[in-house]
Amino acid sequence: MTTTSNPLRDPRDKRLPRVAGPCVLVLFGVTGDLSRKKLLPAIYDLANRGLLPPGFSLVGFARRDWDHQDFRQIAYESVKEHARTPFREDVWTHLSEGMHFVPGEFGDPGAFDALAMAVKELDESRGTGGNYAFYLSIPPKFFPKVVEQLRRSGLADRSDGEWRRVVIEKPFGHDLASAQDLNDTVHRVFPEESIFRIDHYLGKETVQNILALRFANSMFEPIWNRSFVDHVQITMAEDIGIGGRAGYYDGIGAARDVIQNHLLQLLALTAMEEPTSFAAEAVRAEKAKILSSVRVRGDLSQSTARGQYASGWQGGVKVEGYLEEDGIPADSRTETYAAIKLEIDNRRWAGVPFYLRTGKRLSRRVTEVAMVFQKAPHLPFSHTDTEELGQNALVMRVQPDEGITVRFGSKVPGTSMEIRDVNMDFAYGESFTESSPEAYERLLLDVLIGDPPLFPRQEEVELSWKILDPIEEYWAGQGGLDQYKSGGYGPDSADELMARDGRTWRRL
Amino acid sequence: MNIDLTGTTTRKIQDALTQARHLMGGPAVGMVLTLIIVTDESAQYDAVRAATEAAREHPCRVLTVISRDARGNSSRLDAEIRMGETGPGETVLLRMYGPLAEHADSVVVPLLMPDTPVVTWWPGGKVPKVPARDPLGRLAARRVTDAYAARDRLGTLAQLADGYRPGDTDFTWTRLTSWRSLLAAALDQEHEAILSGEVSAEPDSPSAELLAAWLSVRLGVPVGRVVSDGPGITGVRLVTAGGDLAVSRPDGRVATLSRPEQPDRQVSLMRRHMSELLAEELRRLDPDEVYQEAAKRFAKDLAAGVREGVASDPVSGSPEAAASGRSDTSGPSEAGPAKPAKGRTAGKSPSARKAGPRAEPPEDA
Repeated sequence: MTTTSNPLRDPRDKRLPRVAGPCVLVLFGVTGDLSRKKLLPAIYDLANRGLLPPGFSLVGFARRDWDHQDFRQIAYESVKEHARTPFREDVWTHLSEGMHFVPGEFGDPGAFDALAMAVKELDESRGTGGNYAFYLSIPPKFFPKVVEQLRRSGLADRSDGEWRRVVIEKPFGHDLASAQDLNDTVHRVFPEESIFRIDHYLGKETVQNILALRFANSMFEPIWNRSFVDHVQITMAEDIGIGGRAGYYDGIGAARDVIQNHLLQLLALTAMEEPTSFAAEAVRAEKAKILSSVRVRGDLSQSTARGQYASGWQGGVKVEGYLEEDGIPADSRTETYAAIKLEIDNRRWAGVPFYLRTGKRLSRRVTEVAMVFQKAPHLPFSHTDTEELGQNALVMRVQPDEGITVRFGSKVPGTSMEIRDVNMDFAYGESFTESSPEAYERLLLDVLIGDPPLFPRQEEVELSWKILDPIEEYWAGQGGLDQYKSGGYGPDSADELMARDGRTWRRL
Repeated sequence: MNIDLTGTTTRKIQDALTQARHLMGGPAVGMVLTLIIVTDESAQYDAVRAATEAAREHPCRVLTVISRDARGNSSRLDAEIRMGETGPGETVLLRMYGPLAEHADSVVVPLLMPDTPVVTWWPGGKVPKVPARDPLGRLAARRVTDAYAARDRLGTLAQLADGYRPGDTDFTWTRLTSWRSLLAAALDQEHEAILSGEVSAEPDSPSAELLAAWLSVRLGVPVGRVVSDGPGITGVRLVTAGGDLAVSRPDGRVATLSRPEQPDRQVSLMRRHMSELLAEELRRLDPDEVYQEAAKRFAKDLAAGVREGVASDPVSGSPEAAASGRSDTSGPSEAGPAKPAKGRTAGKSPSARKAGPRAEPPEDA
């Protein structure tokens, strides 16, 4: 009997959640920040919601002289501190019984043999059925070693009825060539359908919210095109600096870190045509279409801007500039702010610029997609009546406080006729509940279930690099970088970029 | 903010709500539905608390209808508005005295959120015979009852199954979700053909009956009931050609899944709070056909006296007792059920159980 014929499953029975089948999750880089702050708590939360299978096992692999108990202790602390659902002893007990640790170097064959033994043993003792997911929460430079060891130790070989999945995190390379290399490395051992690329910035909830807004409603679609939209601004602003990520961040920069994956994915979701269905292939096909029609027009000095944060005051705290951060060379030319202007060559969007910007140490943390509409062709009011009236906008807020804002003009109450912009807000009901699933939870669950719809495939990754590579090349040939004040709105050059088109950024 | 209005009208309540919203600076809080709670003074506290917690996930206006003494001949309406203290949404407690208590819908209708779904919830055991025909049930797209809170639990569930209309659902079904989810996941794996099954649970457990009925409908095999000491449901066994596939939960907390030729696996299977049950109900407002099928099967088996496993229940009550318990539940006006629970002996005698409505019924599943 197979899964599809499970008599207890019924499409009408919407109460039953999808639960992962028996499996082992092998976590590489378990000592990292991401594991402790996100992955381990997310695993616990999944267990707490009853979405993990009985017997689910977690194997940590890292270069530490730990035994199982040490690992469980670390996991316990991180769950206590970061989990979103209440701590329940029973849940923890059963989850921790399935936690094992294998110490070793990524290049050490012995350690991988030990790992292979450990997971085999779990198949026996916990009935995990030979299904393994490998989560590579490690710097990409170790990928070749780990993937090769997985192959050599036989961990990647599967027999019938078993599965292997490998999860890799963004960045997927640092340019087109390296992305292809990385892909080849992983493909040598794992087929494309078992590779799950995680971009944790882009939670599944967000993707589904955007798709629902666009394709479940009839009032937005008619104006979702060049006849009504003046331009689109896609923003991801962070109020923090690089923190302890100097080693990762320097040489990568804002554009590769955020624009390549996150902002271009948001652009694709915003601009794509209606997919024929919400099946993985259909959504990916539409995203790929839109990404391949994205163009950077003309002189790159006119359509891009970048900067580095300088010291200053951010939210009432004195903070250092990028170049003064620990581990950053004093002559670093890595940008911490990037803005680019893109156009999409298709019937729907021709002539509508898409402005993408991202930066660190800005005034506020916000991720949003703003559709800014054209001004009314004629205003039957006197000029003074509408002085304060800007352009209508529809803003899809991604975080914080996921929701939708509509900006439109409204009469100011009173005897004089005066029209001013007002905002109408909608926040998703889910955002009220503290225990709503976090991005990682849904991503992990999808991996364990084997549901790929929202993971970008290699084609999208490569298309995104094709958009970004010329810009990175141009920047590499340019001299100094604008410095911008921490806690502000980014460099002046970004404002000038908009000013050239007679537009302004939405204030953060 | 807490506003008390004594001897008031719906117009005044509406005005107070509008004014309170303005004062709080949040004229539009994005409420997604109206939840009507039909309860009495003693059960009101727990129900409202559960609703407030569920409202974190589903911001809503909660209208709590509390019937006070219906015997007096002068009608009075008292309202208590709570806003902004307990989370999103707003809560209005409506206390109705005198003849007005019989016409609660006339008070509720003007206070419904416009153009959003309405859910009516009877947290206590006193449920209308056909919830969809009840004046307050008729307003709602979803009607939530709890047969477990009734005195004659099985009889009430059977009666609800008879009176089922699309949109009805019962907490005894909601409580099963984690069980059903675990069982469905277990059958996602390869297994031999299932020949029969059995559900063990404390006696007089409507959830266990529903689970057995559901399994039997879906699997197309006989599923028996075995009486255990509880708490709630203690186990499910599915007999296959290759051995038993079993889930046992003796302590109401941790379940052990065992299947042929595989190690036993443990998983936490907690009984859930009322607020979580309610939140689950509010998540889906479309008719629950799967519940309907299970409930109808249960009612049919009950009427036919099929459930042999239960018939041997040592603590079974007499049919007369079950029938009398049932008419108690339905209230004097609805006495004389068409199908007495004849031959049906699963229920404890009503006298063995605490009489009167329970504030917060212990969880069944």
